[in-house]
Order: sequence, then C-alpha cells, then structure tokens
Amino acid sequence: MAMNKESNVYTVIFATVMVVVVGGILAFLSLSLKDKQEANGRVKKKIEILSALLSADEMSKIDRTNAEAKYDEFIKEGVLLTSTGILVKEGIEGKEAAFGVNIKGEYKDKNIAIKDRQYPMFIAQKDGKTLYIIPVIGKGLWGPIWGNLCISEDMRTISGASFGHQGETPGLGAEISQGFFVDRWTKSNEVISDEAGDFSSFEIVKDGSGTKPNKIDGITGGTITSKGVEEMVNRCLVPYTVYFKTKKS
Amino acid sequence: MSEVVNKAKVPSEPLFSKKNRKLITDPLTDNNPVTVQVLGICSALAITVKVETAVVMGASVIFVTALGNLVISLLRNIMPPRIRIIVQLVVAAALVIVVNEILKAFLPDVSEQLSVFVGLIITNCIIMGRFEAFAMANKPWPSLMDGIGNGAGYAGLLIIVAAVRELLGSGSLYGFKLFGNAIPGSETGLYTMGYVNNNLVILPPMALIIVGIIIWVQRSRNKSLQESH
Repeated sequence: MAMNKESNVYTVIFATVMVVVVGGILAFLSLSLKDKQEANGRVKKKIEILSALLSADEMSKIDRTNAEAKYDEFIKEGVLLTSTGILVKEGIEGKEAAFGVNIKGEYKDKNIAIKDRQYPMFIAQKDGKTLYIIPVIGKGLWGPIWGNLCISEDMRTISGASFGHQGETPGLGAEISQGFFVDRWTKSNEVISDEAGDFSSFEIVKDGSGTKPNKIDGITGGTITSKGVEEMVNRCLVPYTVYFKTKKS
Repeated sequence: MSEVVNKAKVPSEPLFSKKNRKLITDPLTDNNPVTVQVLGICSALAITVKVETAVVMGASVIFVTALGNLVISLLRNIMPPRIRIIVQLVVAAALVIVVNEILKAFLPDVSEQLSVFVGLIITNCIIMGRFEAFAMANKPWPSLMDGIGNGAGYAGLLIIVAAVRELLGSGSLYGFKLFGNAIPGSETGLYTMGYVNNNLVILPPMALIIVGIIIWVQRSRNKSLQESH
C-alpha cells in the first residue's frame, strides 16, 4: 500500500466508500425484509383482535400461521367513527378501513388533535351472534398499553377482553395481559353504558370491592399500570357508546 | 478488502491449534467478559428475566462480536487510524441493524420482548472492546475465534442468570411451568402448598446480585483472579 493512510484524502475516501457500502447493504436488507415485517405486524394485530373475541381455549389453537384465515372467518364487517361517535364508514368497506387505522400511532402523534383521532371497531359473527370488538390504547408505567374489548349483542355488556403492553414490569404491571386480570372484566357482566345508553365509567379499585358493578380489582404492585388501563378504557369507549345509542334508537 | 490479507503466508499453525482454542475457551471462564472484565453488565440486567430472550440475545451478540471481529481484522491494515473508532462503530451498528431486522422478520415475538435491547447491543462494551483490543492487532481467523469466544462468554452468563431469575421469579424454565400454575384461584402443583413466586427476582437489581454471586463464586475458586491487595 503506497497510499499514506494518515492523509486527509485517504481518510475521506475510506469513510465515503464505507458509508456507501454499509448503507447499500442495510437498505437492501431493509427493503427485502419489509414485506415480511409488515405482514408480521398485521398478523399480530389480528391475533389481538381475535383474542378479545375467543376464549383462551379457542385462542390456543390460533398461531401466526392460521390467524389471518380465522380473522376473516369471524370478522365480517367494520365501523369507523369520529371522536364524537359519528359514523364514517361501515360494512365490508369499514372492515378494511377500521383495520387500516393505526390507533397507536394516532395516540402518540402530537400533531393529531384528540378530536381528529379515528375510532375503529370490528364486527364479528360468532355462533349466530353479532359481537363488537373495540380496540383501546393508553399508557402504562413504562410505555404504551393497549387492548381489545368485545361487546356482546346488547351493545352494553363486555363479553371478552385482551390487554397487551410493551414493557410493563414483569410480574407486576405486565400481569394485565394475564387471564386472571382479563377475567375481572369479562366474568361479572360489566357494562359500558347504562340502560339509557349513556357511558358508564370504570374504576380500578384496591380495596377488594371489584365485585361491585363497574369496579375492577387492580393488580397488586401494578397500580400505575392498572390506573393506565382505567384511563384507557374510560377515554376510548365514549365514542362507541354514542354510536351504540344512536344505533339502538 | 481481501487483498490485504496476507495470502502468501500459509498459516503455519493448524486452524484449531491450542492457542486458537484458548481464544474460544478463555472468555468462557477465566477471562469472561462479564464476570471478569465486567463489561456488558447493563443488558445483562435487562433481558435476563426469561431464558428464551437471553438465548436469542446471546446468539445475537455472538453474531455481532464474531462477524464484527472478522470484518475489523480484515480492514485493520487499510483503516485510516484517525477514524478507526468510527469505522468500528459503523461495523458494529451495521451488524446490529442486520440482527434486528432479521429478528423482526423471522422471530417477531422474541423481537418484541427484546425490544430496544437488540439495538443497544451497539453500545455493549464487549463489542468495541474486542474490536479495539484484539481484532485491530490480529489476523482474521484468531479474531473470529476471539469474537465467538467472547460472545459465548456473555451468552453463557446471560443464560445462567436468566435461568435463576425465571425459575425463582416465574416458576418456569424456557417457558415450561415447572412448579405448576400460579394464577390465584386455580393454582396447581407447588402453588397449592402455598409457594409464591418471588417478584423481587424479576426486578433488575436482583440480576446484579446474581451476577455478583457468580463473580464471588468464580473468584473464590480461581486464585489467579484475586487481587493481591
């Protein structure tokens, strides 16, 4: 090597070549794996929607390979609402539109005003019954938490739920995704609206009074995450109760 | 890059000579990057809650240290000395991004659990440490051995810590529930007798204590690691 490795020219050329080569490799890799990564994201979302609809036994038969087929088997229609509960899209068209809404992104994006957020809902047919699946999004202690609530045919009672989180403390806040916490929402006929159709809010409690209507026992040691779930549910469900009220009347 | 490697000289020692084997085995025990050199501790605390994530994280680090050491060693003679740290960083970062993208595409669930920690491999001191201390001064083959050895030393410790934490904290090992079902109201196995998972073990400080215990045991057994003063 006759080149002087200390020279500025050599240094600049080396740096340029290195950046171009590395950039090229990474861009190629990113592009070639992008489809697969996005497909993974879609499948994950479908599994989360289904987990609110189906029981734990039924969910144990669903994995990444058959989730899309099962999703199409159960989810027939979708609805897209504004923050005031006004219908934007429904039916088959609404199914695509609702799935396409990135509620996590809208929740995080400071540029989207709260009133401009979109509220998707998925309508499922199961055992001859119409069920409504509502996705919710909020924040826990360390990062985002989310979930799906399944509302039964009467448009009031919570019949199924699933919760997820990004990085809550394992053994504490992370327990919101466990079956025992989900059961507290689904096993005692909790309702999201009163007889008149107006929203009735939920309260996460510490004193063990979770058996009372619209009170849910929180998780020991996971107070902030539990409160996050409470805030998430109370905020996200309102537009849907408005929609249900107009639909029933 | 390959032209720089001295092809004329046929390596006089066999590929797996005693010296080269030592490059792999040394970091596993007497020169472990975590317990002896105390590098890479922060990620060891964060992702050792479950064995599965520790295994994937360990494999990712082995990949980065091995290939990174190899690439740096190949480049060592043409690298401008003034920007060598930047070059090392670019190589490490590129490899980490490769790992992250591949995990996202093929192991999405594990990738979610590891979340930011795969990206943070870039800042793992073991990697830059091995690049600078070994690969810059050695031929590609020994560098590759050294990279695998140090990655494996890190992975091994991670898995030991994760096994202890998962067993005591979640009552399972690699996801298999060894002690039965812990969910209140429907306990089975040990939990019916009143056994409770130790939540403290799940929290990061406990990982530090477990690493500390491992270091203690290792130093008490190996006199050469004990400081004289």
